[in-house]
This record gives sequence, structure tokens and C-alpha cells, in this order.
Amino acid sequence: MTAMRRILSFREFDWALLAMVLLLCTLSVFEIYSATLHTKYVGFHTKQMFWIAGGLAAMFLFAKIDYHRLLDWAPWAYGVCLFALAAVLVPGIGHKALGARRWIKAGPMLFQPSEWVKLVLILVVARFFANLGGRSLVKQDVFKAFILVGIPMLLVIKEPDLGTTLTYTPILIAGLFFGGINLRQSIILIAAAALFAVGAWSSGKILKPYQKARLTSFVNPDNDPRGAGYQLLQSKIAVGAGGVLGQGAAKGSQTQGDFLPIPHADFIFAAFSEEHGFVGAVFVLLLYFSILMRLIQNAQTAADLSGSLIIMGVVAVLTFQILVNVGMVIGFMPVTGIPLPLMSYGGSSVLFTFLALGAAMNVRMRRFVN
Amino acid sequence: MESISSRGEKLSTLKLTVVQYGILFMMLALAGQLWRLQVLGAENFRMLAEQNRIRKVPILAPRGKLFDRENRLLVDNYPSVSCFLVREQNRNVDADLPLIARGLDIDLEQLQATLRHYRAAPGYQPIPIKQDITADEQAFIQSHRNELPELETIDEERRLYPRDGFASHLIGYVGEVSEEDLNNPRFAYYMPGDVVGKGGIEETYDQLLRGQDGSRDVIVDSRGREVGFLRTQHATPGQDLRLTIDEDLQHAAELALGDRNGAVVAMDPRNGEILALVSRPSFDPNAFAVRINRTDWNKLITDPDHPLMNKAIHAQLAPGSTFKILMSVAGLQEGIAQDMKINCPGGWGPYGYFHHCDEHHGAVDIHDAIPYSCDTFFYMLGDRLGIDRISKYATEFGYGQKTGIDLPGEQAGLMPSAQWKLKNYRARWYPDETLDVAIGQGAVAATPLQLARIIGGIASGGHLVRPHVVFPDQLPEDFRKALPETFPGSGNVDIPIDPDNWTIITDGMYQVTQPAYFHTAGSAHLEGIDFGGKTGTAQTMSHDALSRLGKSKNNNPNVWFVGVTPRRNPELVVAVLWQNGEFSYYPARIGAKIVSAYVEKQRRLAHNLVPVKTAAPVVMSAVWTGANPSGGPGKQNDSPPRMQGGSFLVQNGQIVARTTSDTHSAAQAVRKSGTESAGGAKPTAIPTQQAVTQLAKTRVVSPVKPQ
Repeated sequence: MTAMRRILSFREFDWALLAMVLLLCTLSVFEIYSATLHTKYVGFHTKQMFWIAGGLAAMFLFAKIDYHRLLDWAPWAYGVCLFALAAVLVPGIGHKALGARRWIKAGPMLFQPSEWVKLVLILVVARFFANLGGRSLVKQDVFKAFILVGIPMLLVIKEPDLGTTLTYTPILIAGLFFGGINLRQSIILIAAAALFAVGAWSSGKILKPYQKARLTSFVNPDNDPRGAGYQLLQSKIAVGAGGVLGQGAAKGSQTQGDFLPIPHADFIFAAFSEEHGFVGAVFVLLLYFSILMRLIQNAQTAADLSGSLIIMGVVAVLTFQILVNVGMVIGFMPVTGIPLPLMSYGGSSVLFTFLALGAAMNVRMRRFVN
Repeated sequence: MESISSRGEKLSTLKLTVVQYGILFMMLALAGQLWRLQVLGAENFRMLAEQNRIRKVPILAPRGKLFDRENRLLVDNYPSVSCFLVREQNRNVDADLPLIARGLDIDLEQLQATLRHYRAAPGYQPIPIKQDITADEQAFIQSHRNELPELETIDEERRLYPRDGFASHLIGYVGEVSEEDLNNPRFAYYMPGDVVGKGGIEETYDQLLRGQDGSRDVIVDSRGREVGFLRTQHATPGQDLRLTIDEDLQHAAELALGDRNGAVVAMDPRNGEILALVSRPSFDPNAFAVRINRTDWNKLITDPDHPLMNKAIHAQLAPGSTFKILMSVAGLQEGIAQDMKINCPGGWGPYGYFHHCDEHHGAVDIHDAIPYSCDTFFYMLGDRLGIDRISKYATEFGYGQKTGIDLPGEQAGLMPSAQWKLKNYRARWYPDETLDVAIGQGAVAATPLQLARIIGGIASGGHLVRPHVVFPDQLPEDFRKALPETFPGSGNVDIPIDPDNWTIITDGMYQVTQPAYFHTAGSAHLEGIDFGGKTGTAQTMSHDALSRLGKSKNNNPNVWFVGVTPRRNPELVVAVLWQNGEFSYYPARIGAKIVSAYVEKQRRLAHNLVPVKTAAPVVMSAVWTGANPSGGPGKQNDSPPRMQGGSFLVQNGQIVARTTSDTHSAAQAVRKSGTESAGGAKPTAIPTQQAVTQLAKTRVVSPVKPQ
């Protein structure tokens, strides 16, 4: 049985998806090289290659463990995650940088629990709704799902990390949507969410002033031309200056001239768009679209509801991150510090994305197994 | 495994399709925005990207210089270096601030406040952080080029004002444009950090004086270092201005007033040109040229004597007895004062309250009333005139109205009337109050400049002028036309005064400075100078209050003197105010010093004591009408005017001998040369080349123009 499954897994692995992912990663490495050429981050593309290699290995390992077993472990992992998130907030344990306490220091490595929580949440939410067996949701189900996602959200926003907190919401929304929420419940939920957002804004306790400033400067960048508004403006200038064909690799004046903030991480899409133009940017969007469609197709062919829910959780998180990051770069969204999956530099982001893809592969590999 | 009960369940295909279309829509929206930015907006964004790399280094325009009426330099500029902070590069400047503050000797908090102040300014605009830096500080910036690339030095021209507050209120000072100013539409063309004139001529004529800043456009790399040069836009220097001020007279006025708290205005009443303007206490405008520090500023604005206030146009005080000149005009023009012969028993109190006079003058008429400054006379005159007529004359002559001088913040003073009281106090005017007004007390208030204009105008027979400190002919057309609107006032007015009345008043003013018993300013007498005036003593509090508080320097009366020279159709009017100066003959002596300085200078100029080289005598011919040359040039006789001619030996501009007298040939010579003969009683010698050569019997060296 075990031997048979192993043979199955290699054949059923989604090689097409992996090819598209690796193509994106290659573009990412080249752009990181270009964007860090004249900065103190020079050489980060090599580091990114190591992260990608590590991510690939983790993905294969993760795909090997049957996702049903993963779902069984999920509640324990959830507990560990809550514990880690709480530990981060304790001054002695949590490592503080740039005004936020987001990391746990383990030897020379900085470990950011909030990234891993995303993965665990995908599994926990999938498990929760799969257990309902596809019956229509009652009030208590919705409430429980909210508690499930709400607790880590509260812990992360305390760090503070508004961006990561927001990435948890698509997991919940995807779970509710595919878990079988009805129209009445969703209307009530949307109204409640709106009420909560207004309350959070005006109470002043949940959002820090700088977070508010970022959100308002998106609406009116002239309020803060040197802060977040400045970043947005420079990003738009970079994208626009790219034109149809781009300024050429390592030739973008915004990217090379340091006018673009962190061009290898959060604003890598701006750097890429400046140097490779409309053609390059649309090509990247097309790749993302193909990856997402491929994932949805995998969700459709999954063996059971829990598998489909896992993949749709992954799709929800990736879609949200792409929308928010690209939206920010081209002036649709406020600056939130959410990385672009598979493009932005960063170990945690790369590892999470590959593990999430690994979970999707996992489900696909076992689509005929029952 | 048992817990997973969902095996066999599938996701709804409809929902998945919804999600697929949702993602497609999202991707299209993102691509659509990319199209807008990269295809439609590429040109615009390329330009913006280019601008990111261009830095404008300002070239500051030197401010226009100020000259006195004889083109002597009053306000100059000197070269200086200022330090700016450039925010172009994407680096955290905040971390460098402590080092900058230490190296440039600035208070760290002040530096941070400066940066906050400029947060809203566009990024390419450098922030001025220290002006007029020393050589040491320049060296600090040079040696920290790598650590502090954001520091930049700019050469500029800085204001250099006369020392010791000379004419400081008249000239004003310059400073950084304030935030309130920037919100004012008048300052629409100013940027934060711009230097702007404040107070005095610097403020009124800022638009002309400031010029137009230029810039050097340079290309910088991402570190903000200059790597290329694009173009230079040269600065246009500000316009130089020639003031009506006479530096000599200004000096005399400054010295005469000394450190007394008050003001002096000297004006030419024929045309309104201000020759000197002093206000005390003074301040040093140089302290503002480099940013003034907070303690000095606080000291200036909290000083009870208001050093920043230009008292010549801002101080509104009771004019005291100087108002009696206006009273005399009203009384004489109304035909009342001529026939008044009163007895002064030391005061008058027809309405129950006894109004004091300084002395028991005995028999007084209008001729004595002005030199005696007899209050009793003017109480009675005021009572007979009534407040309505007094107020009508006073308003006509300019009390309670701005003069329209081209200096900022002029005050109008106040001339009360029955209507004024009804409007402001909802009360009827009591005839007793008229008695206070008649001696320039009560609610009457005037500025020194107003008094100079009014009394100078009365001494000129009712020819009142608009005072000004800058010759208008040098101003651009539209600026000159806008001035009367910007500085509204009574301006140039002619109110004819009957010549007999005019003579009585001006003679009375002349008597004021003649040493005689009861004359109020006999000690200000100037021998050999036709000099008149009127003193004034204005109590700062009531007699009752004075007796309660006792005498002290702070409740001494304000004392005034307004003097003219000569007494009729004066060339100069001087108004002197000494706050809490006690006796009115003190300011009269100050006024006399200024008058004598003026007259002495005019006499020196008239005699032209410039040595002249002795030249050989020259024969010149001349024609003239009216005078008989036999009596010698310059002498008048009663013979009817007729054309005459002659030729003379002229040496050094003086006629030394007459050679011929030939009316016919002289007239012919004139006809030939086509020159019209001109002149009145005095002979006007008109040399013509033909006549000189025709008549030359002796050696002709060169024709010398007779004086």
C-alpha cells in the first residue's frame, strides 16, 4: 500500500504547476538581482535561490504526508501556533524590530510565527468545515469559525502586523463560502464586519496611528508626501515609467536610484514593471492567473471535501496577497506590507508559499486514492 | 481518520466557477490599471521619474539696496553662506540630526521643529537650517561630505543695515515668511523659507526689492551627489530704491531725540517727502537678517516701550495744545477768534467743572493765545465754535484719518464728534466735553506724522500733502498706481485759508519760539532762523489720579512740538513726540536742533563752498529784460521792463567788468542764434558762441557759464 502510494505520488505530482511556479521564481531571482545591484542588499538573489531550494524540498516533504493525517494534526498545530503567537508578545522572548514585535529568535535565525499560522489556519478551517459534511451552516458554526480565525488575528494585530492579520481573513471567507453559508447569514456577516471596521477605526485602540496614516494616505497621498504617500507615488512613477517594453533589466531609474522603497521585497512588482514594462507585468499576471486556475482545477478534482477546502484556502490566501500587493504597487490599495507570493524576497514568505503549494500537491496526488 | 466524515463530498462547481470568474475579473482590473499607467501614462511618469533625478539648487536674488535722497547708500547686502538640508535622497535624515546639531551649533529641538515645519513642502525644496554660517561650520560640512551628504551650502546676499538702529523703523527688517503670511493671498508667490520684508520700506516695497530667485538644475545620483549639470536660471536682483530721506537730517534727528521714548518726523510740506523719521526705543534690524533667537525676540515684543512699534505712525496720543493750531484755523475762518479779547484768570468752568489753565495770563487775544498756549482762550473759543464745527474742520484737515504714507500699519488717530459719541457710547455730547477737545485732550488722538502733515499744511496756507518715503518716479507704473489703494489716506488736499488768518496763525507760531514772558518755547529760539511752531502737553491721566499717585516718571505728560521753517510756506515741518517727557519746551528744543541742522545744511549748499580754480576772464554777451544793468546785476529798480543787452568780462562766474552796452547787437545775436531771452527781475545772462566771438577783443579762453 505504502509502496503503491509512493509510485502514485510521483506520477500524480502537478509538474505543470511546478513549472509555472519555478518560472515565476526565476523571474523573481533576476529582479532581486537587478533591484539590489547598487544597494546594501546586493547578493540577496543568491539567498533567495537558497530559500527557493529549501522551499522546494519542504514542498516535496510536505506533499508526501497524507493530508488527512495533516488534518488530524491540525488542532495540535493550532494550539502550538497560539502559544507561539502569545510568546512573541512577551518582551523577553519576542524579538522587536522596526517598532513591531513579530519574531522569535532561535539561534541565528529569526522565526516569524504569524507566517506559519496562515498554513495551520488553512488546515484547521478546512477540517472544521469538512467535518460539517456539507450541511448548511447554522449560527453556531459561523460563530465557531469566527473564533477559530479571530483569536490568532487578535494576537497578530497586537504585534502589530496589520498586513498579516488581513491575510487570515480570506481563509475564513473561503471556508464560509465553500462551507455552505447562506445568503442571509452572509449579509448579516458583511454588515457586522463593516460595523466592526468602523468601530476599530474610531476606537483608536485597535489600529495604531501610523496604520491609520497609511490607510488615509492611500486615499489622499498629498497628506503625507514623504511617508506612505511618497512610497505609493514613487511606486506608481516606477510602474508608469516602464512604458510598454520597460527600461531594460537593471536600468530602471526609479529602481536603481533608490527612489522606490524596498524594491526587492514589497515593491518588487514595481521594479519588475519598470524594467520590463507592460509586456513583462502582464506576463507575470498571466502566470499568476494560470497558477490559480490550475489550483482551482485541482480543488475540483480532489478526492474529498476536505482536500478541496485545503486547496481553496491556499487559493484564497494567494489571490488575496497578489491582489493587495499588486494593487498597492499600482495605486489601488494602501501600503500594508504584504509580500507578493513567489516574487518578493523573504524566507518566511517563500517557505509558506511552497508549503501551501505542497499542501495543494498533496491533495492532487491523492485524488484517486480512497 | 474517522473524524473526517466528508469523504465523497464535492465542492459545488458553480461556486468554483464564480471564484474563477472573480479571479479573472481581478486580473483584468490589475491589467487595466497597468495599461493606464504604462501605456497611456508612460510619458507623464517618465517625466516624473526624470524629475526625481533633477535637483534645483536655488540661486538667491540679492535684495535691492536702499539709498537716501542724495544717493548715499543706507542699506547694503553682504555675501554670506547658508546651510540647507536636502531631502532628495531616500535616507533617514532623523538619525543624522544630533550630529548636524552639534556640528552647526544648533539646538537639536529647534532643528527637529524646523524639519517638521517643512514636512508639507515639496521634496525637491531644500530646508534652510542655518543661515550665515561661520568658516568653522563650513569646514564641518566639507569634512562630513560622506556622512552627511544631505547638507548643502548656498551662497547668498544678506541684508546689512545701518548700525545702532539708525532709521530702523523706517527701513524695517527682513525675516523668513511666516506660516500665517503664507495663508494670506498677498503672499501667493512666496514659498516657505523665503525671505520677506517686515515692517517699514522692506515690507511696503518687498515686491520690488526681493527680485527673482534663480536656480541651477543639476542631475543627482541616488545618494544625492551631483553627477551632471542641466541649466542655470539666473537670479534677477531686486530693484534699488532711492528714499526721500536725507541721511544728514536723519542723523540730526536721531541724535536730537537721543534715547528718549518718542518719535520724530521731518517732512517737506511742499511735496510730502519725508526727510527724517525716528522712533524710540529702537532695535537692530541686523538681528533679524540672520534668524533672531527666541530670547531676543521675546525681549523685543514684551518690552513695555514697544521697540518694534514705529511711533511716528503707530502711536495715537492726545495731541495736547498742538491742536490749538487747528482750533485757531476754525475760529478765524468762522470769524469768531478775531474779535475775542478775553481775560484769563487761570481757567474757566461754565458747566460746573473748573477747567484749569497753566497760568493767569490776564488779557489775551488770538495773537497772544497761540504763543501763550492759553487754555482759557481756547476753552471759550471751543465753547463758541461747538463740537460740530471743530470736528468738521479737524476732519477736513486730516485728524482721525490716515495720511496715506507708504509705510505699513499706519494708524488713523481719532477725532471725536457728537455723532461719534452717540454711535460708540449711546450718549449725548455734553458741551463741557468740547472744552477738553479744544485743548487737544479728551478723546482726540493723533500720530506724530498726522500732526506734521496738518500743521505743515496749515503753515502752507492750507496745502496738505500725502507723505511718502520713496520717490514715486522710480516705481513701476502699476505698482505706483496701486499704492494709494494699498495705503489709503487723506492724501493731497487744498483747503484755502484766508491770507489774513494764515498770517495771524503763522505769526503766532513764530512767537512761540521767541523768548518772551509766557511764550511756551522761548528756550528753543534759533537766532537768525525764521522758525515757528507749537508745543503740546498731553496729560496721561486726570488731575485727580495724578494727585493720588504722586509724581513719577511714568505719569509725566506726553509732550509734543511741531515746528516749521520758515514760518510761512515752510520747507520743513518737524513733529516731535516725547512720551512722559514732562515739559513741552523739551521737545521744542529737540525740534529746534533738527530745524537748525536743516537750515545750516541748506545754507551751506546755497553758498556752495566748493573751491573753484581761478580762470582767465572771458568776454560774454548777454540779453535780459526788466533790470537796468547800470545799477549792477541783481539790483531791482522801478523802470519798466525792456530788453537790454551788453557784454561783460566774466571771471569765475562773476562779472568783473562791463565792456559794451549794445541792445541792438545783442538782440541781433539772440535772433541769429534763435535763443529766446528769458528772465524776470534778475538778469539772465545768455552766452552765445557767435556773440562771444564777434565781440571778443581780448583773449578768449573758453566761455564760462555764469552762475
